[in-house]
Amino acid sequence: MLLTGSDIQAIWLTIKLASTVTFLLLLIGTPVAWWLARSQTRLKGVVGAVVALPLVLPPSVLGFYLLLAMGPNGPVGHLTRILGVGALPFTFWGLVLASVFYSLPFMVQPLQNAFEAIGERPLEVAASLGASPLDAFFSVVVPLARPGFLTASILTFAHTVGEFGVVLMIGGNIPGVSRVASVQIYDHVEALEYGQAHRMAAVMLIFSFVVLLGLYARRPDSLKMTGRG
Amino acid sequence: MKLLRILLVVCSLLGAATAHAEKITIAAAADLKFAMDEIVTGFKKSQPGNDVEVIYGSSGKFNTQIQQGAPYDLFFSADIAYPRELAKKGLAASDVKPYAVGRIVLWSNSMNAAKMTLVSLADPKIGHIAIANPKHAPYGKRAEEALKAAGLWDKVQPKLVFGENISHTAQFVQTGSAQVGIIALALAVNPELAKKGGYYLIPDKLHNPLEQGFVITRRAAGNVLAKKFADYMAAKPARAIMTKYGFVLPGEGR
Repeated sequence: MLLTGSDIQAIWLTIKLASTVTFLLLLIGTPVAWWLARSQTRLKGVVGAVVALPLVLPPSVLGFYLLLAMGPNGPVGHLTRILGVGALPFTFWGLVLASVFYSLPFMVQPLQNAFEAIGERPLEVAASLGASPLDAFFSVVVPLARPGFLTASILTFAHTVGEFGVVLMIGGNIPGVSRVASVQIYDHVEALEYGQAHRMAAVMLIFSFVVLLGLYARRPDSLKMTGRG
Repeated sequence: MKLLRILLVVCSLLGAATAHAEKITIAAAADLKFAMDEIVTGFKKSQPGNDVEVIYGSSGKFNTQIQQGAPYDLFFSADIAYPRELAKKGLAASDVKPYAVGRIVLWSNSMNAAKMTLVSLADPKIGHIAIANPKHAPYGKRAEEALKAAGLWDKVQPKLVFGENISHTAQFVQTGSAQVGIIALALAVNPELAKKGGYYLIPDKLHNPLEQGFVITRRAAGNVLAKKFADYMAAKPARAIMTKYGFVLPGEGR
């Protein structure tokens, strides 16, 4: 047996987390990216900067604020208690919420670039043909921005898989709930179980390489994180 | 290019400024956080001009790191087995010296832990119980042993959350995310934590002793300051601080 049961559980949990986060960020990130691509207001700069924050913030800053905010005395903690879902730290959905923040720029920025690259013209044509804005978005923008959606989804998924610090700070290292692959590897190393650490690390390395190869081999210019197809 | 040259000059100046004073780096188990800070403050006063840096973390992590050549001059482990392992591998420059025996306690930020016992942990009102990771943190191992000895492991296991080390565990409880935790007595008696709730001392017959030991690492062989600090640990002021933080000292069994 190459991987132990708990290793496989950690990998499965990681896939589940990354898929959930990618799906939610598609829903949240698309309107944000659309607005950022179309807006001419000053607010655009502020929103763009907020979206990009996780790129530069240390995970410990994000983890610290999230732990306080989601704890029973924090604003998010109050809200979740009123809604009857209990406290979020140490739960799968707590990790999902944290990862949505953490991976936000990886969804929004490629999408924003893809939307900006489309320009006004196709939308004007759609409007002149009588399409409603929503109709135009789904039948014109989405097909044109397909490579952007693909790049954004892959980067978001991969970046969530690679998360470590935030998970360690708010996850509580619970098997099947918050012990993701990166944390599992860390535990193996700390316990001097280098054999198991090696096997899992190799799985992660190969996975990451294949994902990035798929991305870059398909479109060499995606190195620039643009969404132009 | 010019910027690079300026950076180089700044770096070499910084290097030259610190080259003469002696400096040691201590890797210490997280349960020593408050006690070691006080001890080091006292030691620095007796050694003006020299620099002592302490890094806190889980003993298992330091054991791994030192085996991979981490630049620590002394290693204070919460489990004497780790420094013994280092000594066996030829990575120590001194004998392994026992310096204290630790104790574990129940502690809560929101409930009066002084009125609790281990059985209270099975209460459905308690959602999360924080312990240190038994895989590489000695205090977590002892917490697991105590819960198993009390016949509670199966009942409380679904509620457990694992801190990276014992102060990370205390932090889970302090923020209220876990209602109760099993932490080091040495942390629970520190004023910051002691003003909340109180603690319940877990009987030490429920777990193996938390025998703690330290070594001077191989890289510090011949480092005078490291040797001085090792001696300082056995001196009166350091022992008084350790006792204040609830450690039982070698040769002073309770």
